[in-house]
Amino acid sequence: MGAIVSTYEAVIGLEVHVELATHSKMFCDSPTTFGAEPNTQTCPVCLGEPGSLPVPNRRAIEYLMLIGLALDCRIAPHSLFHRKNYFYPDMPKNYQISQYDLPLCVEGYLDVEVDGAERRIGITRAHMEEDTGKSLHVGTTGRIAEAKYSLIDYNRAGIPLVEVVSEPDIRSALEAQRYLTELRAILQTLGVSDVRMEEGSMRCDANVSLRAPGTEAFGTKVEIKNLNSIRSVSRALTYEIDRQQKALDGGDGIVQETRHFDENTGKTHSLRSKEEAFDYRYFPEPDLVPIEAGDDWIAEVRALMPELPRARRARIASEHDLTPEQAAFVAASPSSVQYFEALLASGTAARDAAVWMAGELSRALNGAGESIENARFSAADLAALIAAVKEGTVTLSSAKKAFQDAYTAGKTPLQIVDERGLHQVSDDGAIATIVDEVLSANEAEVARFRAGEEKVFKFLVGQVMKATKGQASPQVVDRVLRARLGNS
Amino acid sequence: MTEVWELSAAELGRMIARKETSARDVVDVHLSRIEALDDSVNAFLTLTPDLARATADDVDQRIAAGEQLGPLAGVPLALKDILCVDGVRTTAGSKILEGYVPPYDSTVVRKLRAAGVPIVGKANLDEFAMGSSTENSAYGPSRNPWDLARVPGGSSGGSAAAVSAGFAPLGIGTDTGGSIRQPASLCGVVGVKPTYGLVSRYGLLAFASSLDQVGPFARTVEDAALLLEAIAGHDRMDATSIPEEVPPYVKGLESGVKGLRIGVVSDWVEGEGVQPGVTERVRAAIESLSSLGAEIGEISLPSFRYALSAYYLIAPAECSSNLARYDGVRWGLRAPEAKDVVEMNVRSRTAGFGDEVKRRIMLGTYALSAGYYDAYYGKAQQVRTLVIRDFEKAYERFDVLLGPTSPTTAFKIGEKADDPLAMYLNDVFTIPSNLAGAAAISLPCGLAEDGLPVGLQLLGPPMSEGLLFKVAYAYEQARGPVDAPPLWGRS
Repeated sequence: MGAIVSTYEAVIGLEVHVELATHSKMFCDSPTTFGAEPNTQTCPVCLGEPGSLPVPNRRAIEYLMLIGLALDCRIAPHSLFHRKNYFYPDMPKNYQISQYDLPLCVEGYLDVEVDGAERRIGITRAHMEEDTGKSLHVGTTGRIAEAKYSLIDYNRAGIPLVEVVSEPDIRSALEAQRYLTELRAILQTLGVSDVRMEEGSMRCDANVSLRAPGTEAFGTKVEIKNLNSIRSVSRALTYEIDRQQKALDGGDGIVQETRHFDENTGKTHSLRSKEEAFDYRYFPEPDLVPIEAGDDWIAEVRALMPELPRARRARIASEHDLTPEQAAFVAASPSSVQYFEALLASGTAARDAAVWMAGELSRALNGAGESIENARFSAADLAALIAAVKEGTVTLSSAKKAFQDAYTAGKTPLQIVDERGLHQVSDDGAIATIVDEVLSANEAEVARFRAGEEKVFKFLVGQVMKATKGQASPQVVDRVLRARLGNS
Repeated sequence: MTEVWELSAAELGRMIARKETSARDVVDVHLSRIEALDDSVNAFLTLTPDLARATADDVDQRIAAGEQLGPLAGVPLALKDILCVDGVRTTAGSKILEGYVPPYDSTVVRKLRAAGVPIVGKANLDEFAMGSSTENSAYGPSRNPWDLARVPGGSSGGSAAAVSAGFAPLGIGTDTGGSIRQPASLCGVVGVKPTYGLVSRYGLLAFASSLDQVGPFARTVEDAALLLEAIAGHDRMDATSIPEEVPPYVKGLESGVKGLRIGVVSDWVEGEGVQPGVTERVRAAIESLSSLGAEIGEISLPSFRYALSAYYLIAPAECSSNLARYDGVRWGLRAPEAKDVVEMNVRSRTAGFGDEVKRRIMLGTYALSAGYYDAYYGKAQQVRTLVIRDFEKAYERFDVLLGPTSPTTAFKIGEKADDPLAMYLNDVFTIPSNLAGAAAISLPCGLAEDGLPVGLQLLGPPMSEGLLFKVAYAYEQARGPVDAPPLWGRS
């Protein structure tokens, strides 16, 4: 593997589609609520009714501008909407209003950290377009070919999308992952998108080719579609780079094509080959006037720029003396910073706060598939639990268990501690009783310990902890057990 | 005795306001005339008597209650069947929209409702406004009230014929390359192509978005000015709508033309293919304006030679995209028994669109194709810029330009139907104003040697409607009443 990797260099460019979190759609005032009953978030404009006309959503354009500024793009003073023409059953007008050769944001970059080194990824452009509707194929398989009939939900039609196109500056799956993670953090911080990949609010296509290191010319590129999570992008690229290496090594060469990533197999496979290239017949959208972004407007939008993740991480790390990894976790999003700051305000030490957030909280959120802004209990509740551990009234292991159970049950951790009697047992007498029970139930092990097998001690401690459901103070157990074993 | 349907809109509006007649009676008179005579004219595709009577009754009630309504309250109107009326079938003259009932009002209709204007019906047109004779309507051609064997012009031929025939004193058309002015000329009525962006396009089924403009038909300049006042104005539903107040056109009508500089477009008046009777009537109109005190000069506009070619790239290009939504998925005609969605699209469009529409979709698709864009669409846009510049230069010397509206009077039904190029030449004098987004008006200037009406065209820069109305009004007053079409003798 190592030898092959050194033979080629991967050249990767990413196109990221982000659904903007505006209240109304790109060209009409229909709401953008996710998950509403089909075809309830529509009007003549987003349905493409004959005679209807688009009117741009100023807020959406400002969101795009904000994204461009955060990516150090130049904001074009004069940019245009174009029509991209192609027939598709769930596209109401059979053209998509998009931007073509005069996008609003151009020539930016994004710095990401990979293996401790900084990499600058160029941003070619960021532009705006409208989403299409969604087809539902009714039949045994849900695929169009076997469908008895198809239904179309136009709720999504006309929702504003921003497409961020990177330069082919990315060199590995890991770099791609870092780039996407950082881009997502920026979008989240700007508050312009929910960036929830599972709801389709962030989607990605990847262009990848290989070339001999040190050469300038690009190899034949392959476009991979259907990348619905950062993990998918990483898996797909890893697979595809390997596939292309083998193809090149085997002398097969690479076919320029579009490939589909299969989540289940982790493989990419060729989409049925198009006989001819699409001709979208782009032309300037005559129903809209150019976007004229004057200095005043740009300054007005720039004034809305919040502290970006990179600056936020640096600030949090230095203010609280955290490791870069801890800072990266705490500063992942504005909500996580808020949570962190709320923990500190409730008296938790910064290090403890960071450790708990990166550990138990992250585990609970991942398990529930939730994000920190809708964490089921407040930072104050977690702070109370951490304080209880510090004071020695709850053991760390009980606290962790209480935390996870509380998360599932929708109660506070200390409620769980009370309900289940998880308070730490430090009372010598109570622990001694249990120790005696354990010793009499494990006579063979006691004999082995007495014969000099020291490691059996650990087993016996474990049995006592198990019997007390982890609530016994480890120090007291250790002391009582040693005393008993020594005495008899 | 003058019949009610012969009266001007202004006069009818005054009578209704003074309760000398009721809006309901005015509507009923027009509806019975339509019922009696429209079989021979075919001006309407759909009649809307219930809508018209409801509007009229509302107007009468409000007047009875002492409300002051606008000058056109209760005055009937024929609406080109390419503008949406909530709940009323809209065909655009095409089979592909068979059964389509829009769920919303176009802005123009909303404004007409607000002005208390009863809409008596949806008027015939060339399919999707593509044509100059209404022969491209999927529902049969309209006929010219001056000679039922002849076309009324197009594409807004139904509206023009309706106003000419006395079916309604007011009509609404759309003008993409001359589709209001040419039928106005051929039917002997007034037609206005307003500045692009003056009247909202929201709810107008698009043909060529950068050229389409809604405008009025009437039998007098004053009526046309009143109707434009009612429908013009900024609309937040149309991003290309001009954000300016509409000036009161009627107020300035009588200020005369003394000292105004009028440029006669010489290539048009004496141009190749211009009927002698047309030249003669336009020359007489120039004399008349001169005697009213206007300063007359001549001008040649070289870039206009290319305007027709540029138009027949830009308009088809935009139409190829605008008409893509008619695919059988949601509206109107859907071909049955297709084996997949592509076949359904293809068969629906094949069955639904007429020849001229297909011709333009193909032309436009080709003009926008990769590798041809620069040579066709791109080049056409450059011509458009040249036309705008030529106009700008002309308006340094003149306040208004003048020429014929159409090279000929009304031609026979079928005469040019098989020769698209001959048909396209009908628009050679009207297209430049569309390319420039400028204002123009056509008004009757007498009858040619064949006894058919000739249209005088006045052209101005963008937002010059007030000026054009003033010149047109001065000429109209000097000209005196025009002859009525033979159909006026019938009832």
